[in-house]
Amino acid sequence: MTSPQPTPSHTVGPFYGYALPFPGGGEVASADRTDAVVLHGHVYDGAGAPVPDALVEMWQADPDGDLTGAPGSMRRDPVDGGFLGRNGVDFTGFARVATDAAGQWSIRTLPPGARPGHAPYISVCVFARGLLHHLFTRVYFPQDAEAHAADPLLASLDPDRRETLVATADRVTGSYRFDIRLQGEKETVFLDFQ
Amino acid sequence: MPLSQQDIDREVAELRDAYEKSRAAGAPAVRHPARNYAPYRSSALRHPRQPLVPVHGDPETVELHTPVFGTTDVTDIDHDLTRQHHGEPLGERITVSGRLLDSTGRPVRGQLIELWQANSAGRYAHLRDQHPAPLDPNFTGVGRTLTGDDGSYNFTTIKPGAYPWRNHENAWRPAHIHFSLFGSAFTQRLITQMYFPNDPLFDYDPILQSVTDESARQALVATYDHSLSQPEWSLGYRWDIVLDGPSATWFEEGRR
Ligand SMILES: [Fe+3]
Repeated sequence: MTSPQPTPSHTVGPFYGYALPFPGGGEVASADRTDAVVLHGHVYDGAGAPVPDALVEMWQADPDGDLTGAPGSMRRDPVDGGFLGRNGVDFTGFARVATDAAGQWSIRTLPPGARPGHAPYISVCVFARGLLHHLFTRVYFPQDAEAHAADPLLASLDPDRRETLVATADRVTGSYRFDIRLQGEKETVFLDFQ
Repeated sequence: MPLSQQDIDREVAELRDAYEKSRAAGAPAVRHPARNYAPYRSSALRHPRQPLVPVHGDPETVELHTPVFGTTDVTDIDHDLTRQHHGEPLGERITVSGRLLDSTGRPVRGQLIELWQANSAGRYAHLRDQHPAPLDPNFTGVGRTLTGDDGSYNFTTIKPGAYPWRNHENAWRPAHIHFSLFGSAFTQRLITQMYFPNDPLFDYDPILQSVTDESARQALVATYDHSLSQPEWSLGYRWDIVLDGPSATWFEEGRR
């Protein structure tokens, strides 16, 4: 038997905004978690202009490194069919946020735990009008510099490209910034899983 | 001077010829569109110029696992886009059914499928869609479902209309439904579009033509299936979806 051939990708287009994003899509950590971190950034195109119609999805391990995930990222209300938000108990590990008119996105999540042999990271999938096939990248965190030296992906990259995958910490707010540059100077490293 | 359809047609033909020549010379088939597909003008500044960095052979990779969705993430009527308002939407009622498979042919069970589309007049319920076609108060155009144990899915909706866009002068998109899919690994994530058979706009559309491989392009077109049509009710289309990319179970089973 020949294996089936993959269905081709297509762009998300400009009009997904009423279909894919959902309220609380970036609130991965429940409100009472004091160890939650805010991660934010902009998406830029090859001219350095912000991309106002990108969709950013993130997937990660919980703080213990567990990747089981949990359902309920987009919990629905059986009464009126609207969105209920996460249940405040389970950690789903999944975020989905659209960029705003300034090309900015943000999420609030728990710090990911490390997997054996890897520095901790959050996996990112970027969609946008104009992008015919999504792009994968990763967010690593600046405080893990020691683990980065041994991480199989980071260790394989030139230092100037490696730094596109490491968020910068804001000492005042405690948040992390991670910009995604689709093209050109300081172009983000994008990944191909084989 | 605005780009004409002829300009776009010429570019599409050149890129298709180049692909067919490379195939004839022994290059492997390419199923996915190139991210830098010039006839789709918005791709010019939004594709990376650096080659993607390959990641392979490590079962601890986060992306070999995936977010999960469950019965709390969908309501019972989310798969029926004709029942989301008080009245019936206008247009031709259709059902779209098929299976979600991974590239080894195994069903993807219990995963989320989302879809969105224009109404029967070719208008999205989106503020930025200013195509002067009527909105339908009884149609939003968003659906969700979870796949069954055999990977099957089923939506009831309205056949969307074609609509104009501004890629070039007199650019029209063939009728299509946008699909968003999750597999058993984040590497299998897919967003794509389903088309309807025999649409005369196929040849003019740089988004469909961005899939330069003829058989891959055909895989985006649903099949009209009379056995799925329901008497006095709806017309049936069948469309199977196959996800690309490795998953953790491949490594566990020693496939690679
Ligand atoms: Fe569309």
